[in-house]
Amino acid sequence: MTRTNGISVEVENLVKRFGDFTAVDRISFQTRTGEVFGFLGPNGSGKSTTIRILCGLLHPTSGRATVAGYDVVEAPELIRRNIGYMSQKFSLYADLTVFENLRFYAGMYGVPSTELRGRIDWALEMAGLRGRESSLTGTLSGGWKQRLALGCAVLHRPPIVFLDEPTSGVDPLSRRLFWELIQRMSADGVTIFVTTHYMDEAEYCNRLALMNGGKLIALGTPTELKLGSIRGSLLLLECERIGDAIERVRHLDGVRDVAVFGSALHLVVSDEAVAPAIRAALEADGIAVTGLHTIRPSLEDAFVALTTRRTDTPAELSQ
Amino acid sequence: MNLRRLLAISRKEVFQVLRDSRSLLTVLLMPLMLMSTLGYGVNLDTKHIRVFAYDREGSQASQDLLKRFQSSDYFDLVATVTDYRALGAALDDGRCQLAIVIPYDFSARLHDGRPVYIQALVDGSDNNTAELAIGYAQGVLASYGAVVQAEYLRKSNAPSVNPVLSVDARTWFNEDLESKNFIVPGVAAIVMAVVGVLLTSLTVAREWERGTMEQLISTPVTALEIIIGKLLPYFALGLFDTAMCAAIAVWWFQVPFRGSVIALMVGSGIYLVAILGLGFWISVATKNQLAASQIGLVTAFLPSFLLSGFTFPINQMPIGVQPFTYLIAARYYIVILKSVFLRGTGLSFLTAPLIALVIYASVMVFLAKRSFHKSLA
Repeated sequence: MTRTNGISVEVENLVKRFGDFTAVDRISFQTRTGEVFGFLGPNGSGKSTTIRILCGLLHPTSGRATVAGYDVVEAPELIRRNIGYMSQKFSLYADLTVFENLRFYAGMYGVPSTELRGRIDWALEMAGLRGRESSLTGTLSGGWKQRLALGCAVLHRPPIVFLDEPTSGVDPLSRRLFWELIQRMSADGVTIFVTTHYMDEAEYCNRLALMNGGKLIALGTPTELKLGSIRGSLLLLECERIGDAIERVRHLDGVRDVAVFGSALHLVVSDEAVAPAIRAALEADGIAVTGLHTIRPSLEDAFVALTTRRTDTPAELSQ
Repeated sequence: MNLRRLLAISRKEVFQVLRDSRSLLTVLLMPLMLMSTLGYGVNLDTKHIRVFAYDREGSQASQDLLKRFQSSDYFDLVATVTDYRALGAALDDGRCQLAIVIPYDFSARLHDGRPVYIQALVDGSDNNTAELAIGYAQGVLASYGAVVQAEYLRKSNAPSVNPVLSVDARTWFNEDLESKNFIVPGVAAIVMAVVGVLLTSLTVAREWERGTMEQLISTPVTALEIIIGKLLPYFALGLFDTAMCAAIAVWWFQVPFRGSVIALMVGSGIYLVAILGLGFWISVATKNQLAASQIGLVTAFLPSFLLSGFTFPINQMPIGVQPFTYLIAARYYIVILKSVFLRGTGLSFLTAPLIALVIYASVMVFLAKRSFHKSLA
């Protein structure tokens, strides 16, 4: 990886349009070798499109992208030798057995025959599928399928792995197991590029890129995003008659944003000193306040704050 | 091209076909079904044409003439009636296809050497049968006429006269002119067209529909490896079906097999590549199983059946249609099949159709490769 100087993926002003629709809108970022780089955003925000461009499956409309030092337009075949890709939809052969799928992909990636047995054993072990080698893949449950798909995608020990929503539709325990695998690979120096819309998963990433409407709206570590996204403080308000409370506090001086979180409200305020005024205003309307205190923002708060801010320039928070 | 990847694709495809009962049934049953329906069903021979006769004279001579109809394989003298109305009714309801009326002065005219007119009424609603019936009837009358003439000359003590010209016909290759002998080998071409195009047209489309193609094209595999790797198993299945069709033709339908097995296999192999290439191209272009199978049927089955020279001779098609027959791979293969089965000619006589098929196959594989992009959009 000397030619990439510690950068696995480099994207500059990347644009992808489908007709009139701009799926990816002038995004730029870099991922470092060995990091878990998370691509976070709602459905349709351009995450999958970006990943497909990086894997050479879609041509960018404009802009530049290199993966492992190779240009996605000029050398997609060289990129394919250096990556593992797991598409959003389960895409192994359901009518082949676990072993047949592994051997097939080992063949596709050109795993040397001397290593073949060892790599397949490793993948079976990793996916927890030992003893199920001859089960038809279609009969496996979601978690096993995902781990098998990951196994197939990394049989050839690629330096960069692209995972497009790898854990969608998988039970929580399997999700945790899956993330443990990702962390282990990252520790071995593999760059992991993963998309998700689960906020809790985003916490596992070294760095996050937030996508919304095709734009990259923020980039940084989870902590940087949480702290940097909210200008001011975050208050947790527990009270009765939440609907009325929202209307009451929304227009108070110093309150920037109100969002419902479970049975409580999160208030973004310019300064936590406005708390007593909020409590007084609610109680004046006969709304009993059972709790009001400053909290640390979660990624979800950060995400809400960043997407509603609607900036056109990405907030570079890591500097 | 990497042989390991190519074989990995082939092996995967074999597993999938073996586990897909519909594909397996298509491979195994299609030859049996088409062979039996087309082998028995498409019969262009006209034998046992139903004849009604109205003998207005009822003499020894007129009965002699009717016996000649009776004894011919081509005619069945079903009934003799006594008025025109019965003939008309029999033609109307299809009890007879040919009605013969012998005039009341039949033997008198024969005796005097005057011309004799035999009236023949033919059901023209099936023009093929009607034409054949008239032709055969003329043949029967001509041979009877010759006998009568010879007798007449002999009686009048005239010096015996031999006809100036006569045809001594001997049919080669299909000695008994049985249509099954050229239909049944032709069925093989149609079976392979259907099996080849139908099965392969699904193979790529299925991968696009199920999403497995997205994973596959993210690997270093090349388009040509995918195409050839996928075609190999179907090529083997196609050759198996060819052998099955040939076996049914020879041992069940008793069609003569006079050429070499090698010529049959070489011709079939090249034809198969052409037809599989077509199926693959359709599959790559549509990316949709339903559309692929529909287009496959329309481009493979119907033209192979109608435009290949299988059922209708190409030189008798309308001039405007004839150029299109060059686009049908079966057209060339049927020439090869007829040669191998009936003529007994070797490969050296089949250069033209073989070259045509090689070009056809190359074009199809080229088109398939050009249409296949390792890209999602």
